[in-house]
Amino acid sequence: MAVKRVRFTFPENLIREPIIYRLGHEFRVITNVRMADVDEKTGWVVLELEGDPDEIERSIAWAQERGVRVDPVTGDVVEG
Amino acid sequence: MSYAKNLRCRECHREYPLEARHVCDFCFGPVEVTYDYDAIRKVVTRERIERGPASLWRYRDFLPCDADSAIDIGAGFTPLIEAKNLGKALGLKKLYIKNDTVNPTWSFKDRVVAVASSRARELGYDKLACASTGNLANSVSAHAAAAGMEAVVFIPHDLELGKVLGSSIYGPTLVKVRGNYDAVNRLCAELAGAYNWAFVNVNVRPYYSEGSKTLGFEVAEQLGWRAPDHCVVPIASGSLFVKIRKGLQELWKAGLIDEPKTRMSGAQATGCSPVATAWQEGTMNFRPQRPNTIAKSLAIGNPADGYYSLVQLKETGGACGSVTDEEIVAGMKLLAETEGIFAETAGGVTIASLKQLTEQGHIHPDELTVAFITGAGFKTVEAVAEALNPPLEIDATMESFDAAYNARVAQGVA
Repeated sequence: MAVKRVRFTFPENLIREPIIYRLGHEFRVITNVRMADVDEKTGWVVLELEGDPDEIERSIAWAQERGVRVDPVTGDVVEG
Repeated sequence: MSYAKNLRCRECHREYPLEARHVCDFCFGPVEVTYDYDAIRKVVTRERIERGPASLWRYRDFLPCDADSAIDIGAGFTPLIEAKNLGKALGLKKLYIKNDTVNPTWSFKDRVVAVASSRARELGYDKLACASTGNLANSVSAHAAAAGMEAVVFIPHDLELGKVLGSSIYGPTLVKVRGNYDAVNRLCAELAGAYNWAFVNVNVRPYYSEGSKTLGFEVAEQLGWRAPDHCVVPIASGSLFVKIRKGLQELWKAGLIDEPKTRMSGAQATGCSPVATAWQEGTMNFRPQRPNTIAKSLAIGNPADGYYSLVQLKETGGACGSVTDEEIVAGMKLLAETEGIFAETAGGVTIASLKQLTEQGHIHPDELTVAFITGAGFKTVEAVAEALNPPLEIDATMESFDAAYNARVAQGVA
């Protein structure tokens, strides 16, 4: 089992979709919302995803396919 | 000795020992170093600083590591020049350039890496690591070499040769990562968690970012111990932007300058402008972007200190410029042609933003304004190569020279 911290950013067209609920049902991954800020136009959620590392990666790829942007929680690691 | 006291979360204010940690366990907020300012005030004076070395270590009392055992390759205490020609061109009466192109590896990253690497060694690390598109990689490689530490440096696979050589000359383990920007970024975040190395901008980031304060210290000292009225600073992660102000405020807390009322303005490339876009839209929620700009040293689509940059813009009455690649090249040329400073693309972003913000009325002609130039132009020659006049090529005769020179004069560009 592994735990991965990620930041999901939702575009406007996905704000009303229960993405995190569906991710938890489609994959054997425990989702734990730690911080969030969502309004009518955009939103971000800091999540902990717990599960098998491959299953976590599959769940992230699934979210990205739906239009969610997924980033490391701490901002970009690659610098100039 | 250092007067650093602890690490404190910027969000929930929980405190932690001075260890390798960059986020709070409870709220994931960033942690930063706090100091015993009462103790600093008792020892620090302007004269004590002025007697110190001509490097950032003259500000040892404000840094989170022991300066006596620091890794010192001569970073910092770079020139602050009065930019009369550029000021005249832009209509600014008191314009200064902080020229950080002259650091040991030709960028301001030497400041942050000097502090991060010194603290990493104090914490018992023998390996320095980073993921970088150029400047940071160069500086980590150089500091590790000078300290006898091992360096592991991750770079995108398609980096320009000059930037690769600028690191490999120092002998690090250089790792080219295949994949797009997002993939490289996510892999490096995972590597930082998986290996017990000092990733300078990840697990020792609180110490790393303290190095940026020294730009604020130096500018105040070089202006005769006063804060500028206005600073224009390039924004990548936002750490530099935030820490320059922290430096000015610390000098005030220590009784060395009057309370700073400096307006802090930012500079971003339009092709990677999460902070500038949020500022223009009047929101504190920036949206991460996929970078697409020639200013690769500022190409951070998801800036760690993006939110705090927006807070600072609001608190100080600053503004944030957003400039195109064409304006960046024009900015590089303008700085070179007026002040004799060849800056990298980030410097072009700063100068183009300075121009933009002045034209928009955000910067007043009488404000004492400092523009921060953070890296040297030889790192990004590709950006300007096609925008410059080619040299005249002649036969070894007077006639050939006269013909070529007169033709150039006739074009009005000699």
